[in-house]
Amino acid sequence: MENTLEIGAYSFGDTQLNPDGSSRSTAEAIRNLFDAIVLADKAGLDYFGIGEHHTVSMPASSPGAIIAAAAAATTRIKLGSAASIIGTDDPVRVFQQFATADAISGGGRIEITAGRGSSVETFPLFGYELDDYDELYAQKLDLLLTLNTSATENVTWSGSARPSIPQLDVVPRPVQGSMPIWIATGGSAPSSARAGRLGLPLAYAIIGGQPHRFAPLADLYRQSAKQAGHTDDNIKVSVATFGLVAPTKKEAVERMYPGWVNLNVEMGRLRGWPAPQRSSYLAQVDAPSAYFVGDPDDVAERIVALHGHLGHMRHFLQGDHGGLPQEHLLESITLLATEVKPRVERLLAAK
Amino acid sequence: MSSPHATTIGILGAGRVGTALARQAMKAGYRVRIATTQSAADNALLVEIVTPGAVAVQASEAAASDLVVLAIPLHKYRTLNPLDLTGRIVIDAMNYWAPVDGVFDDFESDSRTTSEVVESFLTGARVVKSLNHIGYHELEEDDKPAGDASRRALALAGDDAAAKSFVSHFIDRLGYDAVDAGPLAAGRSFQPATEIFTGSHTANQLVALIQKDRPLADAA
Repeated sequence: MENTLEIGAYSFGDTQLNPDGSSRSTAEAIRNLFDAIVLADKAGLDYFGIGEHHTVSMPASSPGAIIAAAAAATTRIKLGSAASIIGTDDPVRVFQQFATADAISGGGRIEITAGRGSSVETFPLFGYELDDYDELYAQKLDLLLTLNTSATENVTWSGSARPSIPQLDVVPRPVQGSMPIWIATGGSAPSSARAGRLGLPLAYAIIGGQPHRFAPLADLYRQSAKQAGHTDDNIKVSVATFGLVAPTKKEAVERMYPGWVNLNVEMGRLRGWPAPQRSSYLAQVDAPSAYFVGDPDDVAERIVALHGHLGHMRHFLQGDHGGLPQEHLLESITLLATEVKPRVERLLAAK
Repeated sequence: MSSPHATTIGILGAGRVGTALARQAMKAGYRVRIATTQSAADNALLVEIVTPGAVAVQASEAAASDLVVLAIPLHKYRTLNPLDLTGRIVIDAMNYWAPVDGVFDDFESDSRTTSEVVESFLTGARVVKSLNHIGYHELEEDDKPAGDASRRALALAGDDAAAKSFVSHFIDRLGYDAVDAGPLAAGRSFQPATEIFTGSHTANQLVALIQKDRPLADAA
């Protein structure tokens, strides 16, 4: 169990809305995201995760490009994908983009998180069949790991998910030899066990229910790693949840609500859900539920309480969806770094 | 109906639905076996930690239970072994979920419900469609004792009356009222994107919603 906790944010990009409800530009959303990352670095946030989604409302389609730009404009913050949809991308290109960002950053603060993502819009976009998903994902993860752990630029790999690589150079190499590669999961037991057997760090995305119920999964992950002989620093858990910080709990709850409605209306249109109810939103904003929406005391206490169950080393929040006004995102990030983070440190030290 | 202590529940699938169901069934006093396409040995640690009290077994052994629950992604239904399930009471808890799992011709080009397609594949199994319209974390949070006026109800549909009676009792033990929607084809009323699927209802509300779709003449 870790006894320190990195505090972070993540975003898929959040296209702002006009007063009539129509979407503003997706380019503005990308620029806003960049500005938020730069502010997060200045404020002292530990981590920022980006994308990958491919929709008008969430346009952060290219985490590698945003991270490369942010790498040049920041000095301390760790930057990672959240997550890279490697099943429908070329792991060579993903690796090269992140290794490039790593070089620009000075080295050591760029990470890749490989995942499926919560939606499947990349499959028609890049011409893949969803029923190939498991095989695509397994092979492409294997290639990504092969590239990352290679001792030299010269790499050999063979498989059927992409052309084989017969002793070809893949450049640049990461500054410190390799980059952290995480596995993202929504929390199924088999995927937790698999990540443990692979000896990779595990990022849980917890978007509903009661997050402390993930405790057996985190335990399964650690035991699976141990059983497979992995005991190094790579065995660690991070947690991504919805959340927004404001000066008061009431403001935080009110600020995130309109975007939550918009997100659920959009998802509902795709998946046949009914109109979202305010009562179901309010049912999730207090401990021990899944939305970390509150003032700095509330959010810090809940993060530390969850840490008692999961022992995670990083907790990062997403509150910008459905057109959250940019100033509310920036204030949340500032409060996370300057108010929540020191509270979390004090609460952990007092344990 | 025999005591739950003597009744074995075999769950095929150890994902979010399968593991939540395993814990809820054990809470009700049932003996639970879990299997996946992995070997029992490969699942031993998972079962020990995530569903303590259950036993990791081979798929054929899970299938040889008094009641079998299918809790794998629907598009993998052809990985099931029909011979293992012949004569077994089988709950189909799976859903066709194209936005997440993709579009599959087996279901797109067939006008029947997904459970009827699954039943055709599992020749000889006594298929009951149920447990598909409650969220996996709700299953462990929404249960209430029998008689509670606000108790949530779950629908079931099937063509084998004895199998349905067995499943109704199981649902009741899990903490929910069971509402018989009729033959297996009537499961259409609680597939994804229906009012039943996306909501939470008491038995009376559920009966009314099912009757909106079709007369409840042959329902219990």
